Amino acid sequence: MSIQYRIIHCLNQFFGGIGGEEQASTPPSLFSGARGPGMLLQKEFPQIEIAATLVFGDNYVAENPEAAIREILGLLTPYCTENRPDLLVAGPAFNAGRYGIACGAICQAVQEELDLPAVTGMYPNNPAVELYRLHTFIARTSDNVMGMADAIGNMIPLGLKLVREEEVWPEKDGYLLQGKRKNIFVRETGAKRAVTMLLARMNGEPFTTEYPMPVFDRAEPAPPIKDMGQARLALVTSGGIVPKGNPDRIEAANAQRFGTYSLKGLQALSAQTHQTAHGGYDPTYANQDPNRVLPLDAVRELEAEGAIGSLHEYYYATVGNATSVENARKYGQQIAKILVADGVQAVILTST
Amino acid sequence: MTLKLAYFEINDIVFGQETIIDGSTLVINRESLENTLKTSDKRISAIGLHTAMPGDSTRILCVKDVIEPRCKIKGTELGVGNTHILKNVAVVTCGKIVGFQEGIIDMSGPGAAHTPFSATLNVVLDIQVVPGLSPHEHEEVVRLTGLTAATLLAQTSTNKNPTRVETYPPIDPAAVPSSLPRIAYVYMLLSQGLLHDTYVLEENAKQGLPRILEHTLLLDGAIISGNCVSACDKNTTYHHQNNPVLRELLREHHKRLSLVGVVLTNEPISLDAKKKSAQQSVELVQTLKADGAIMSKEGFGNPDTDQMLLIRGLEEAGIPTVALTDEFAGANGCSQSLADSTPQAIAMVSVGNANERILLSPLEQLLGPISDLTKLAGAYPHSLHDDGSMEVELQAIIGATNELGWQTLRCREV
Amino acid sequence: MVKEIERSGIPVVHACSIVPISLTVGGNRIVPTIAIPHPFGRPDKSIAEEKALRRQLVEKALHALQTPIEKQTVFE
Repeated sequence: MSIQYRIIHCLNQFFGGIGGEEQASTPPSLFSGARGPGMLLQKEFPQIEIAATLVFGDNYVAENPEAAIREILGLLTPYCTENRPDLLVAGPAFNAGRYGIACGAICQAVQEELDLPAVTGMYPNNPAVELYRLHTFIARTSDNVMGMADAIGNMIPLGLKLVREEEVWPEKDGYLLQGKRKNIFVRETGAKRAVTMLLARMNGEPFTTEYPMPVFDRAEPAPPIKDMGQARLALVTSGGIVPKGNPDRIEAANAQRFGTYSLKGLQALSAQTHQTAHGGYDPTYANQDPNRVLPLDAVRELEAEGAIGSLHEYYYATVGNATSVENARKYGQQIAKILVADGVQAVILTST
Repeated sequence: MTLKLAYFEINDIVFGQETIIDGSTLVINRESLENTLKTSDKRISAIGLHTAMPGDSTRILCVKDVIEPRCKIKGTELGVGNTHILKNVAVVTCGKIVGFQEGIIDMSGPGAAHTPFSATLNVVLDIQVVPGLSPHEHEEVVRLTGLTAATLLAQTSTNKNPTRVETYPPIDPAAVPSSLPRIAYVYMLLSQGLLHDTYVLEENAKQGLPRILEHTLLLDGAIISGNCVSACDKNTTYHHQNNPVLRELLREHHKRLSLVGVVLTNEPISLDAKKKSAQQSVELVQTLKADGAIMSKEGFGNPDTDQMLLIRGLEEAGIPTVALTDEFAGANGCSQSLADSTPQAIAMVSVGNANERILLSPLEQLLGPISDLTKLAGAYPHSLHDDGSMEVELQAIIGATNELGWQTLRCREV
Repeated sequence: MVKEIERSGIPVVHACSIVPISLTVGGNRIVPTIAIPHPFGRPDKSIAEEKALRRQLVEKALHALQTPIEKQTVFE
């Protein structure tokens, strides 16, 4: 089959073959031809040629998306003026949050700035989905690299439909709901559907509302502390800072527990006493100096100066990497209960 | 106390020497009917009568109301006795009243699918009024002239045999089978004065609601639209005469449910009044001993609050409710659809996003006052293209997102 | 986690690198930090400079905890 479509592929440092977490801060660069999963993509879809692959460190983009996107657009713009590609494909990012953010931000930017169709692929629970689904098409993927072939098989046909400006639907074309409302003619009138829905409700049968009420899952802001100099403060982190050796064996991803650890007598954390259990970022800096994630040294200083009434004796830690919303909620509720019982009045929660 | 609706199927309208039914053709003496209507109200300065048939390359503009031709036979009391109906015929009144919220009916092209009145044989009345009339009087002239025309046309059937007859006995809520769910219909009417009016039994619905009204009165045309609001979700008189929710409930009556009554409620202008109305409506539904409720709506914006108050009230009273609404989610479908919400509204039927745009193809004939084309709600200054095509929001089309659930359009998440 | 603690009536300041995620998960008082692998650190600076930066961020967090807010607020 002859080449019909030329695409640009975007990959993070890992899939782009540059390196692991230690390369997560690598600035973007453009390589010609396919790399990593791009090889599989070209093999599965012989009508496609990957003209170039953009590789970026995912922290580099996720930490400062605006500047990184400017940089990426700068790399892609000359490329898109001559011999313009048909489509940009980013990822798939599976359940990787920072990679997902980078893919979403790139897709949104090339659509809006370069008028280039774009598609990415993610696991539905990837936090980037909520941020970017409205702005780009996100094909449904599994949560890890084992699902690469299926992910590509979802992303590419969807992307090509976008190139050809064909109508797409989430179920048929395997993409995640964007949260947009769209009209469609159906077989039955609204009145008939309403009676059918009511009868289902009355008979205890399942029914699906056609307009789910918008959910604002927001907590009412708690009143401020009048004087921190009189208040009891606790530290909580999702950055995975645990005593050296990770005594509770908190998982590096999708944590199944949180830990409660004493700060009694500690003036600061150190590489000798603490480490990170988090598997989602390069642990070098946190392991060198865990205060970089849980700033105990600065808190103790401010406590000694009277800016903080007192620091609660324990801190609470889990790993926020790919942790389900349900688990996070559960840990939050359990920690809150303890904090209330212990008379804690304010919390600093740190996340990576 | 039974109502009989006698239908006379009409397949064509032609102009001729006298106004009669000839077989299944409605013949209209155009000049005579125009004159009769013009002399019926001295506030009319000119009247133009046209026809618009399904498939015609015709666009009707500034549509104010649509009315099904009906007349009472043998006895004048509404809700009982015989009513003659010219099936498939609609009187379409046009008038530039408020200048921006009258609607469009396209008889062919992409717009036709979005209005029920592309499928009816339309008698279009372009009504001009004498200078100096207030908008309120102007609205009244157009409304009454349309009703007069509808009655005169229906009276051609007086000595004819109907194609079919539907019989509607009264419903005794106490005598319904105990095994079926008892369902009440909560029927919201826009009733805010200032050209946002609905008439129930010839009274302005600003007063006297909420109340329970017999279904036979509703089927017999107890509700007349006097609304000058957005075309897509104002319930025209034709919609009220043929209320699809009521029809569906009656179709299932004594089969899968029992209709125990209809509660008419209003959409008043202050929050206090809205709360009071909602509470009274819930109490009325409770007096009917309803197990469940179905709710239709008119308009958007502040009526969203009425609807949410009603849903919350009913659900909290233990009455599961299904409610119809349209959406205003922006042209791209990304905005919040409704102005209000409540977690209890778990069973909504969405009849479409009225902000979605549609490109109406150029049509040969334009009926109605056309000078203010670009000022219709849902149109834009650049709506009208050089080739005669028009890009508008569905909002501009009569009945496009009818909240009685007439259309088969729905809105979904993508 | 941040919402659940806030719901117990204890004000929480969420110090994090990716503010949009905090806004999505429902943080109310948000203090943007430096980078994902080192929210409270700048490994390229001297230890003293880094410590001073960290202290500034904690002070900002304390300030946020003492500030009345009505909706999600980012303390830049």
